[in-house]
Amino acid sequence: MLKINQLHKSYKIGDSSLHVLKGIDLSVEEGEMVAIMGSSGSGKSTLLNIIGMLDVADSGEYILDGLPIDNLTEKKAAVYRNKFLGFIFQSFNLINYKNALENVALPLYYQGLKRKKRQELGMFHLDKVGLADWAHHLPKELSGGQKQRVAIARALAANPKLLLADEPTGALDTTTSYEIMEFIQQLNDEGKTILMVTHEEDIANMCKRIVRLRDGVIMEDKAITQVRASQYV
Amino acid sequence: MFDLDLWREIFQSINKNRTRSLLSGFTIAFAILLFTILFGIANGLENTFIELFGTDAQNSIVIFPGRTTKAHKGMQSGRRIRFKNEDYDYILEEFGNNVEYITSKVNRNVEASFKGAKDSYQVRAVHPEHMYIENNIVEKGRYINNSDLENRTKVAVIGQVIDEDLFANVESIGKYINLNGIPYKVVGVFSDDEGDNEEKVIYTPITTAQRVYGNNEYIDFIHLTYNPKLSYDQAIAFGNSLTRKLKDKFDVARDDQRAIRVRNFAEGTKGVSQMMFVLNIIVLFIGSGTLIAGIMGISNIMVFIVKERTKEIGVRKALGASPRSIVSIILLESILITSIAGYVGLLIGAGVLKLVGPGLKEYFITNPGVDTGVVIGATIILIISGALAGYLPANKASKIKPIVALRNE
Repeated sequence: MLKINQLHKSYKIGDSSLHVLKGIDLSVEEGEMVAIMGSSGSGKSTLLNIIGMLDVADSGEYILDGLPIDNLTEKKAAVYRNKFLGFIFQSFNLINYKNALENVALPLYYQGLKRKKRQELGMFHLDKVGLADWAHHLPKELSGGQKQRVAIARALAANPKLLLADEPTGALDTTTSYEIMEFIQQLNDEGKTILMVTHEEDIANMCKRIVRLRDGVIMEDKAITQVRASQYV
Repeated sequence: MFDLDLWREIFQSINKNRTRSLLSGFTIAFAILLFTILFGIANGLENTFIELFGTDAQNSIVIFPGRTTKAHKGMQSGRRIRFKNEDYDYILEEFGNNVEYITSKVNRNVEASFKGAKDSYQVRAVHPEHMYIENNIVEKGRYINNSDLENRTKVAVIGQVIDEDLFANVESIGKYINLNGIPYKVVGVFSDDEGDNEEKVIYTPITTAQRVYGNNEYIDFIHLTYNPKLSYDQAIAFGNSLTRKLKDKFDVARDDQRAIRVRNFAEGTKGVSQMMFVLNIIVLFIGSGTLIAGIMGISNIMVFIVKERTKEIGVRKALGASPRSIVSIILLESILITSIAGYVGLLIGAGVLKLVGPGLKEYFITNPGVDTGVVIGATIILIISGALAGYLPANKASKIKPIVALRNE
């Protein structure tokens, strides 16, 4: 599904350069649910950004679903992101003047689908996250948990191969966090491959595998017994 | 460009910021409003001048003989100068290159009658080229031609008003009109957009008139148009040298103003067209100045919008928006605001001109208004302006990196 070899990335800060990723090797199989953990500055967000094609590595190999990702132009990156990846952000990043349905349908617009088809698919995914009744509400009329569910529906809309979540519960209270995690676990049960960055142990334990980063290298990579979120809800 | 979804996106974005869009459009609307009104007034002034000159060829030179007022070369003052056919030939010989059309003229007032109807009119005996100088339009039949001149035929081309007055219900062409007792065959009817007075005129061949009125070669005056390729200054120089040569030919003192008078339209036209030129420059300067201010206003606001929407643009990019689609959204939004605002300005301006236009006649402004050409020009200018205003912000937007835009603060 996803294979990374000897990935390096450094940022220039003034005259010196900061080596953030120092040779990462990682491979993720289809259907996995992986938590990437680490303190701030460990490089976990940079790794997720590179996997999400929002950033480019200095060196190393990155193969997504058999497709080598290199020499990305902005245009090509946009097409790949649209086709292969679904993003879930900590701050939801919904477009505030579009209603829930329009937000969910946006990736489909960039796929060039007809409006009617977009509406249909959008409703289908909103229904899946249990918000069909809220389709015509603006984000400001939704609670945090509802917003994140809309964001998840949006990430799912384009039927991506890989779901990337950057601290998906970071802005939510514990109960809502568990609700969202329960939902993400369901998606994984249905076969979606999920990669999430988090620094919360309880959230990480709800995944099936934890990869710990420190100072740009993988310290630990182990499979765990998944804690089901449903037991807390 | 005509992607309905794209326009839906743009309208949504404009709608979301109605006040902002309205304000940014205001300067453009005002610029175009100002431009329209100024341009309309300049147009009105020009119309007034054109009306004053009539539709006679603007490149006319008329030469009248008079009486000398100064003794010269042993001849006393008060001598009458009369042009003859040889003077017509002389002008063509000396200045042929500078002359576009030329006619000699003999004018007489006559009593004209057809059957019972009669009235007095002016007869102008002319050369065929007179038609172009006077801007006569032949409505029926034909004008005077060269064969008339050679054969000294008694033919007449009558004005539309005479046609109506004397030949009320009869076809005039082919009938004989009686001019002071001599029958002339009517061969044509003409119209002249200078009005009724110019249509109460009868044209006959110059050679016929010279035979009928005394069997001589005298000419009352000569009317010509100079070659339109001449600049105003060249035309004025031509008129001056023409005057000098004729004065020499008739042994008239060069400073004798009465003996031979030359009225050169180039002198007046030069002044008017120079004034119009300056006026148009001023209008353009003020108009484009305001427009540039408007463009900068829109550009400024669009930059701000892009900044405000950085996160949204980042999200769109993460969801698969190509840089191109981002550029078109910003660019088209800018073009749309500019065009709509511009048209509002244009409409208000045209409306104001229409409302107050008729009342401005006493201020030398006739029919102020804007024509289709200006509207088309304005459309092009507005689209270009919108594109210019949107270019910088759109470029900025396309360079937004989603990773930067989405960074959690």
